[in-house]
Amino acid sequence: MSILIDKDTRVLVQGFTGSQGTLHSSQSIEYGTNVVGGVTPGKGGTSHLDLPVFNSVNEAVEQVQPNASLIFVPAPFCKGAILEAAEAGIKFIVCITEGVPTLDMLEVKKIVDGLGITLIGPNCPGVITPGVGKMGIMPGEIHLPGRVGIISRSGTLTYEAVKQTTDLGLGQSSCVGIGGDPIPGSSFIDILELFEADDRTDAIVMVGEIGGSAEEEAAEFISQNVTKPVVSYIAGQTAPPGKRMGHAGAIISGGKGTAEDKIKKLNESGVVVAKNLLEIGSTIKSLMS
Amino acid sequence: MNLHEYQGKEIFAQYDLPVSKGKVVTSLDEVEQACTDIGGSRWVAKAQVHAGGRGKSGGVALCDTIEEVANFTKKWLGKRLVTYQTDKEGQLVSCILVEECTNIADELYYSAVVDRSSREVAIIASSEGGVNIEKVAEETPEKIASISLNGKDVSQGDIEKICSTLKLNDTQSSQMEHIVRKTVSMFFECDLSLLEINPLVIKDDGNLHCLDAKINIDSNALFRQKELQEMHDPTQEDPRESEASKYDLSYVSLDGNIGCMVNGAGLAMGTMDTIKFFKGNPANFLDVGGTATQERVAKAFKIILDDPEVKVVLVNIFGGIVRCDLIAQGIVAAIDEVGVEIPVVVRLEGNSAEKGLSILSNSSSKIQSKNSLEDAARTAVELAK
Repeated sequence: MSILIDKDTRVLVQGFTGSQGTLHSSQSIEYGTNVVGGVTPGKGGTSHLDLPVFNSVNEAVEQVQPNASLIFVPAPFCKGAILEAAEAGIKFIVCITEGVPTLDMLEVKKIVDGLGITLIGPNCPGVITPGVGKMGIMPGEIHLPGRVGIISRSGTLTYEAVKQTTDLGLGQSSCVGIGGDPIPGSSFIDILELFEADDRTDAIVMVGEIGGSAEEEAAEFISQNVTKPVVSYIAGQTAPPGKRMGHAGAIISGGKGTAEDKIKKLNESGVVVAKNLLEIGSTIKSLMS
Repeated sequence: MNLHEYQGKEIFAQYDLPVSKGKVVTSLDEVEQACTDIGGSRWVAKAQVHAGGRGKSGGVALCDTIEEVANFTKKWLGKRLVTYQTDKEGQLVSCILVEECTNIADELYYSAVVDRSSREVAIIASSEGGVNIEKVAEETPEKIASISLNGKDVSQGDIEKICSTLKLNDTQSSQMEHIVRKTVSMFFECDLSLLEINPLVIKDDGNLHCLDAKINIDSNALFRQKELQEMHDPTQEDPRESEASKYDLSYVSLDGNIGCMVNGAGLAMGTMDTIKFFKGNPANFLDVGGTATQERVAKAFKIILDDPEVKVVLVNIFGGIVRCDLIAQGIVAAIDEVGVEIPVVVRLEGNSAEKGLSILSNSSSKIQSKNSLEDAARTAVELAK
């Protein structure tokens, strides 16, 4: 088993016919992902990338039985799109879109939690199980099927960690970008729990960044619940306080959310923190041999 | 997006929250009329900047005559105010808020914020106002009530907890309930990420009063907050940062001499950290985004080079969606267009990286391409010495 995406994952794409939806759906299909169709209101009944287009998620569920949804719709409509998928009974949703209002996510998170749905994102690169399938915008070719699970708040930084583990021949079981927003659908803890239970994952890389307290909460969880080796890297060690570093969540405010605090907490919880970005791969390798 | 105090108080007034009578002046001529309109014989003049700590830096004055208000206005209008929250350049004072004087019996603290841990809006109230709330939280946590709401709902128990922590009497407690309910409505209706009243005061007549207003609006929600978006004051930002945001580039200026251009916020921070690890100093954070085009790369170059401190530029691109050969063409075009006189160190990885590197090696002698981030960062640090 791998986490979140396996051979039985049937993917529906919401925002299928837009430019982002089209580009990434075709790359996902090329990678081998089982995409069963898409939703674009008003275009139901047509076909796109040789797959059926539906007006609503409900229609798609009736006709092609997807069990996962990948969302590319523009930020103002993401709340509606996620809730539509949730109400149609989809239990695994990945939202790639950047710029979703925080209070929309506050409302959405409550509802999806109540329905037992796993939501990844928004503002994330998505999820990949190398060699099996991908739901997201990551370049498939840098991945290698293997035994390291990767979780990250950042997109390109995830690719950096992936490349290092690929170059060292370790490969990845699955990679999950949880996104850099203040209220993500899934936290580090949610994904750590899945990797701990996954028999194809031997070790975990957790890439964090400044701002918030997600890494500190993850550290606490790891010390109690994770037996597999965990390597972490925290980006933003040199970021000045009070400045938002690109991601809405990446800001040191009121002296909280500093890299120093996070690294200290992680070290205390038995996590090995890579001193710099360049040593993520070598650090995890030393723990696995 | 931050608002000025006077803008925050305008919104407070719309929500029927108790604020002082006041007028905004943008020139010396307006001072007398403003004071006369407000009435009374004492006024408070407050420099309007997007930063806290104004009082301690001379940016707030109690004035007994109109002349004193005029002197304060003359002193600050168009000048830069430096506080412990600003950088060494300070923030431009583009207007002054003149208010009626409030007689204070006690200072309290009140704020509402999106709490990421509970994924709810949290209210924080304290009997210690006008001070650094983090310090109060650390030293005397019993003086703070911290409440996580359930969605938009404020329960009677929440109100009671706040009022008892603030030791309010019955009249004040019903005023407090009004403040809590109105600020929570405002928080959700205006898409705020922070609302802070520090201090919230008890006046000498016993009534609660909002003496300050700090508001931050979720930038992601501005598409549906057009009226608030119009309150944006670009003079409060670094000019390079505002210029960058017009092109969807995320730029933060720093005080080093190695200009950085990276795709992705996380990798941009990671690149800064790597430079620092090799004992160099980054001049900026710059994320060209996941969909970097030739035009944006060129714009990013111009913004980086606009900083006279920059001695070398380090480009670090991990091509996922972005093709490195297109980035390379953008770099070459930008160098031709802008006329770069300093060395440019480039690391390209991922999608079409090899094509990109060959484009670079056949172009300007100013460009040094490197195969790894380690090499690139070391070289940039060396060149910046």
